[in-house]
Amino acid sequence: MRPPRALWVPFDLGRPMGTPDEPDFQRRVLECGLSLLARKSGPVLADFLDDAPGSKPEDTSGWVCPVKLAPADSDRTVSGLRAQLEQEMTALQPWYDLQLEQKGRTTVGVAAANICDSAKLIADFIEDTSIDSPCAYRPLALMLKYSVEDLKAWYFEAAMAQPGGSGRELLDWFWKATTAGKALLQLASSMSACENKTIQALGTKSIVPRAYERFVPSTRNIP
Amino acid sequence: MVRLSDLSQSEAEHLLALDCPQFADSPFADGPELKNARVALITSAGLSRRDDATFRPGATDYRVIPGDIASGDLVMSHVSTNYDRTGFAQDLNVVFPIDRLREMENDKTIGSAAGFHYSFMGATEPEALEKSARQLAGLLKEDKVNAVFFTPV
Repeated sequence: MRPPRALWVPFDLGRPMGTPDEPDFQRRVLECGLSLLARKSGPVLADFLDDAPGSKPEDTSGWVCPVKLAPADSDRTVSGLRAQLEQEMTALQPWYDLQLEQKGRTTVGVAAANICDSAKLIADFIEDTSIDSPCAYRPLALMLKYSVEDLKAWYFEAAMAQPGGSGRELLDWFWKATTAGKALLQLASSMSACENKTIQALGTKSIVPRAYERFVPSTRNIP
Repeated sequence: MVRLSDLSQSEAEHLLALDCPQFADSPFADGPELKNARVALITSAGLSRRDDATFRPGATDYRVIPGDIASGDLVMSHVSTNYDRTGFAQDLNVVFPIDRLREMENDKTIGSAAGFHYSFMGATEPEALEKSARQLAGLLKEDKVNAVFFTPV
């Protein structure tokens, strides 16, 4: 694309400055990028070769989830999913509150809805794909997408109250171990099979990361 | 941009298959000395103020982020789900290094931080953003910005 000055960095997608809460490293990346302003001809493509702190496999901390999660073979009905999700969120709530108190910040909020209502909307759609949007000015497709992002953010922030988890550890935990992850995998399947083209497109591409797509049930499998 | 070898096979194959727009030239201009630079941040992370309109799929517009924004006032409505959001949840600066920029302003490494910064949603075809980009260039000039640090997400 030939931008005038670009700094290539080896960091994970979504982390252009490297690692959270590493101000010295972030500043080095920023200064390195801005130093390219001194170049008198271009386009410039410079390399920043240092890996982000904590990003190597040997840096993983052995992070463990702060609460006991439902076993994988638990009730697979929609009512069972609702009950497990509610139970899981109740158990995680103190950890979310603790993180909020420590950080004084939350990234939950794109759906502009209570997090329990966001979880309920996801379960409602899995049960009945013909439901209406709960928001007068946003279509159902957007409300589902935003509810998904808020639910993920809420879980990540609750998990972060327990220090040490890397991005990949938290993603694996969410998509492989939590009831919320299972609900979103089922949601993606339900959305992908929906006749509404916008919902279908979001369900196919924008709910589950490609790295976890293999866990999406191929057909609706919740009784 | 992450090393392809650090991605899942499906993600790496997807990125390798993406069309990359070709531009005939590169808008290269001499940059200011850092101590005289007034720097704006522009990100494609889909950030918006909590009470501002969120981004929709295919969005070609942008959001204004005041220079004195508090980190808790920003949310992310990027349509893609294929990148890490846990870093942003932990520290805004991992996608939008506003605190680092303020530090550089305070210790006079740069001339000043801009009065306003900007956010796009990065899952839109780059060519579709030209109209907004040209409009934004005018706003940057009004703010006397002479350097931009762009963080792609």
